[in-house]
Amino acid sequence: MSFINYASREINCKIVYYGPGLCGKTTNLQYIYQKTAPDAKGKMISLATETERTLFFDFLPLALGEIRGFKTRFHLYTVPGQVFYDASRKLILKGVDGVVFVADSQEERTDANVESLENLRYNLKEQGYDLDKLPYVVQYNKRDLPNSMSVEEMRSELNPTNVLDFEACATTGEGVFETLKAVAKLILMDLKKGR
Amino acid sequence: MSNPQMVMYDEEFQEINLVIERLLREANAKVIFLVDKNGQLISGVGETERFDTTSLASLTAGNIAATGGLAKLIGEKEFSILFHEGERDNLHISIVGGRVILVVLFDIRSSLGLVRLRVKKCSDELSAIFDKLRKKAEDKERRGISDFPFAEITDDDIDNLFS
Repeated sequence: MSFINYASREINCKIVYYGPGLCGKTTNLQYIYQKTAPDAKGKMISLATETERTLFFDFLPLALGEIRGFKTRFHLYTVPGQVFYDASRKLILKGVDGVVFVADSQEERTDANVESLENLRYNLKEQGYDLDKLPYVVQYNKRDLPNSMSVEEMRSELNPTNVLDFEACATTGEGVFETLKAVAKLILMDLKKGR
Repeated sequence: MSNPQMVMYDEEFQEINLVIERLLREANAKVIFLVDKNGQLISGVGETERFDTTSLASLTAGNIAATGGLAKLIGEKEFSILFHEGERDNLHISIVGGRVILVVLFDIRSSLGLVRLRVKKCSDELSAIFDKLRKKAEDKERRGISDFPFAEITDDDIDNLFS
């Protein structure tokens, strides 16, 4: 649910990066943080365990510029991917405007990807959202690894509705901004349509 | 979508700021923030420039969401007031009108009792303004009035954001 402030001429949108544990959600945000001009970003906050596993969420505010005189801000969140943090994941989905599903391309993570995607759909439904009606893109991450599955295989497993999808390697940044741009665009188009 | 869009207009924004500025004085507080439950900062008064307000808003909302989850686990609807005590500064966090979070930061120049009292007094006023705001937005939507700034948005506008 975006927040339009006519008084300060701002519009704020919330994007959530979802996916199984260790798929690279936090790495996506870290790359965006590194590559964004200092005046366009706020502090990145990571609520993580001592071993750098996300405990509650990562948060990165981006102020990309103005559209029609309105400052456009995107608030990027990741969820904790590990299965037992489900209660936290539900909380972070509240008020979401757009979702990026980050899939791990390694063959042995196939089940984890499928389980996480089902979990996303279920948790959204609990909050009254329908994934098929939300701005939503898929990212196949870790394309650089030797044991990665073919995109065709992953697409048939994880993207049956044929939404926009991207190949990525979040550590080097390949595909990271393409993914963000695509979901941001879908959100803005959705806002336009909804009015 | 499950929630209607949150919209803020000039008139209500000013009314809200008057109320929290008064609260700032009466409670002897350092800073006061109003945050949407989804983590968006609505307004702030006092020494706001000393703080990273965006992060503060996001973490406050996360905090309220987490304690709300705890409340449900023990059969409560929500915990409407949270208090964090620090060595110098303290945070009083409360939910206003079920939707908005009021954050009061204060130090030794004030006290928890005073803050609680003043917050309680102004919560009803804020609640009324947010009710009015909601009705206004619903009414506009019903009558099909759109002053939405993005109605004419083009692909180029969006591409420019990322250039």
